Amino acid sequence: MFQILKDINVDWLGNRVWFIGISVLLMLAGLGSAIFRQATGGQAFNLGVDFKGGTVVTARFKQRPSDAAIRETLANKGVHDAVVQPVTDRPDTVLIKVPLEGEGEDGRAKVRDALNSFGPEAAPATELEADPNAAYKIVGTDAVGAIAGAQLRNKAIAVTLAALVGILIYIAARFEWTYGAAAVIAVFHDVLVTLGFFSVFQIEVSLNVIAALLTLVGFSVNDTIVVFDRIRENRKLHRRDSLYKITNDSINQTLSRTVITNGLVFLSVLALVLFGGDVLRAFSLALFIGVIFGTYSSIAIASPIMVWWEQRIEAANREAALSFNQPVRGGVRSSAKPTTREPITPARKRSTGAGRA
Amino acid sequence: MKKKNLLTRIIIIVVVTIFGLYLVIGPRRRPTLKDFTWSGIKQSLASNIKLGLDLQGGSHLVMRVKTEEFLRRLTEENSIAAQNAAKDAGYEIKGGRAEIGGGDYHVVVDVTDPSKANEIKDAVEKKVELGDTSVWAYSASGEQLRWTMTQAAQRMLADNATTQALNIIDSRINALGIVEPTLQTHGAQSAHQILLQMPGVQDPERVKEILKGESRLELVHVIGPPSPAPATTYPTEAAAIESLNSAGTIPPNRKVLPYTERMELSANSSDDQNQQRPKQWVVVETPAIIDGSELRNATAVPSQGGRADDYEINFSLKRTGADKFGAWTGSHINEYMGVVLNGEVKSIAYIKSQIFDSGQITGRFTQQSAEDLALTLRSGALPAPIEYLEERTVGPSLGQDSIRAGVRASLVGLALVVVFMLFYYRGSGVNAVIALILNMILMLAGLIAFGATLTLPGIAGIILTIGMAVDSNVLIFERIREELRSGKTVASAVDMGFQRAFITIIDTHVTTIVSSLFLFVFGTGPIRGFAVTLVIGLLVNLFSAVYVSRTIFIWLLSRKERVESLSI
Repeated sequence: MFQILKDINVDWLGNRVWFIGISVLLMLAGLGSAIFRQATGGQAFNLGVDFKGGTVVTARFKQRPSDAAIRETLANKGVHDAVVQPVTDRPDTVLIKVPLEGEGEDGRAKVRDALNSFGPEAAPATELEADPNAAYKIVGTDAVGAIAGAQLRNKAIAVTLAALVGILIYIAARFEWTYGAAAVIAVFHDVLVTLGFFSVFQIEVSLNVIAALLTLVGFSVNDTIVVFDRIRENRKLHRRDSLYKITNDSINQTLSRTVITNGLVFLSVLALVLFGGDVLRAFSLALFIGVIFGTYSSIAIASPIMVWWEQRIEAANREAALSFNQPVRGGVRSSAKPTTREPITPARKRSTGAGRA
Repeated sequence: MKKKNLLTRIIIIVVVTIFGLYLVIGPRRRPTLKDFTWSGIKQSLASNIKLGLDLQGGSHLVMRVKTEEFLRRLTEENSIAAQNAAKDAGYEIKGGRAEIGGGDYHVVVDVTDPSKANEIKDAVEKKVELGDTSVWAYSASGEQLRWTMTQAAQRMLADNATTQALNIIDSRINALGIVEPTLQTHGAQSAHQILLQMPGVQDPERVKEILKGESRLELVHVIGPPSPAPATTYPTEAAAIESLNSAGTIPPNRKVLPYTERMELSANSSDDQNQQRPKQWVVVETPAIIDGSELRNATAVPSQGGRADDYEINFSLKRTGADKFGAWTGSHINEYMGVVLNGEVKSIAYIKSQIFDSGQITGRFTQQSAEDLALTLRSGALPAPIEYLEERTVGPSLGQDSIRAGVRASLVGLALVVVFMLFYYRGSGVNAVIALILNMILMLAGLIAFGATLTLPGIAGIILTIGMAVDSNVLIFERIREELRSGKTVASAVDMGFQRAFITIIDTHVTTIVSSLFLFVFGTGPIRGFAVTLVIGLLVNLFSAVYVSRTIFIWLLSRKERVESLSI
């Protein structure tokens, strides 16, 4: 049998300072970019026409160019992220939606500037057919509002948070609540890093990017649960090992699965980034970054946080048991052997943990 | 015993597969031989899978909220209220009216004694909202008191009406189950236009009717002697007005409304279904007892004791409305009450006993029209009528070329996955590929069965599903390999591998399904589209990746007495 990884023995948790440091740096970079851009009069995120509205220009052509050609000429003139939508019951007409750039900017002028590369526009008073030289005519310009106004945006955030609470509760019920909390923190990390990337590089955020963010939340939680599941199993099998060792072992044991699954997803999403075309680029990029950090965070964020938290509770329990000399709640944990090796938070530092359940 | 178990499994899988496959590629009518040719399958596939606005396009509707109508109604209501307020306070007035024209809206009250003008103004403003100086500018000249709506207030009120109309249209579209429309304001701010783009729907005319249905519901007191005398109706509008006073003017607390009486239902009335009684007129009291804003719910139900295909609408009232309604009906036993919809009396009933929180709207509805009306009543009345300015059909908003590129890229990704699985897991890779193909067929079947519309966010859900489907197989196979390495026999390694991996698979799937259910129930637009495909895909995956995969292994192992090696 052919195998990529054999008998791995990496001390993942030993590198936790590096991992968490890198993540914090990445998140700070994103946050810094968002704050800096907002403060200097720019925009924290490049929100698309879905979120902030724009101008819809209706153009009639004598010979309608392909959607791709129109999009390309617009991009050449600096109008990115335009929505080009053919009118199917009038084959010579096309709707071009461009996002609102700033106060007083004229979407119509910019579209006209771009469309002039197909030939001149018909004079304002003449019909398109009446002007022999003209290639097109702009027959309508209308402002359009946002599809996703503030109300929808707030609702979307609330719903997503509710879904995360659902995840937290389910994992807490199946594992421990610390596992749930660690998984949700890892998810937050992934979303923040991805959003930070979108802010730094000013990639357009559309409604589809929101769907990509939800997808990466799914991937990240999936990965984290696979590792946690192994930890739960190993804790039953190797009761004498420390949580630190069990976690490292579990990550190593599931590593070949992590590499294969995420490698395949990574390659598929890479194909989408490379060959999926301009319109889908923001969507595929969000997925792409999300897959990388979703994999990374289950090993580098979720596991260390869970171990740190569990040890903290364990230490508190032990202290409580010592000071009251009676069994405490969560007695299963206190039966574990005291950690002597590789402590993340040494028990002696905990002096005020006595009230903890 | 094991053989029998295997047979049951295979039968279940074959039945589910054929059923799913037929849902995806079969026509929704009695199939003919032609439907199973390549072009027939393609045709059925295209008509079975509904694609959203971003992938296929749909209708593009521009509508205008007639805000001037909203302002007119507001002015008229205020003028009636102002006259009533002045009279109630004991002042004598000659009359009053709403003066509308040239973009101006005035409430005018003519008084008999100009020296009392200020007193009357105060009395009116105490009861009517005309005192709000940011909306109404007051001026008096001689016998005339005049409140003029300011330009700023006109703009603000009109904008509010437009926003409110947009929200109501949004909730109606949602109630109709139209997936991921785009709804935005259109044109200059003063244009009060709304642009709606929605994916292709079965019956666009019906949708348009529902969206523009005003659904102004009022319950009113019908003026006339109490029961047992019949409800007082008049053959013409003039006759109705004349009954009020001989001068031919309508006092401020009365209104004359048209009324078309419903045919009495009798055994032999079914042969002249379309026959209606001639239009009549009734006098009602204004303001209404309560209006549609007090509705809590409205549902279409078959008529009590009517013909089988006759429907009516049951409604219930909110707490505040019920209190008001209960108090009024309690003090008007045996008098007549009318249900008014969009300014037309739909039915008149006499009050038998005190009614609190429910009522009916009757009037020859078909099931469809009753359900449509109930839907619009639930979503609330539009603040003003709506007119359609422009209607077009448009192509996909993502662009045909982008969709092709996306499909191509996805196929490349899928091919990569298949090649890798076959290369890395050999014989068992075939197993995984079969599970993956089955997953996609059944996922599409699920989407079709639930009538879901596929959009790009939905495809994001499919990507996640495929990722997790591959993951399920990888988890199982890696586990089986581990067990084999630890020296177990093939049969027990397969057994243990499935058993152990199953726990993980259940945890990952249930977590994602739980969170997606939140997104599905409370989410809107793209969030919901994502959740629908994900939930269906993951449920299917538990079947294809675990049950089907397991069955194939059982079958492989059952072929020989002792299996020494496994291609994995």
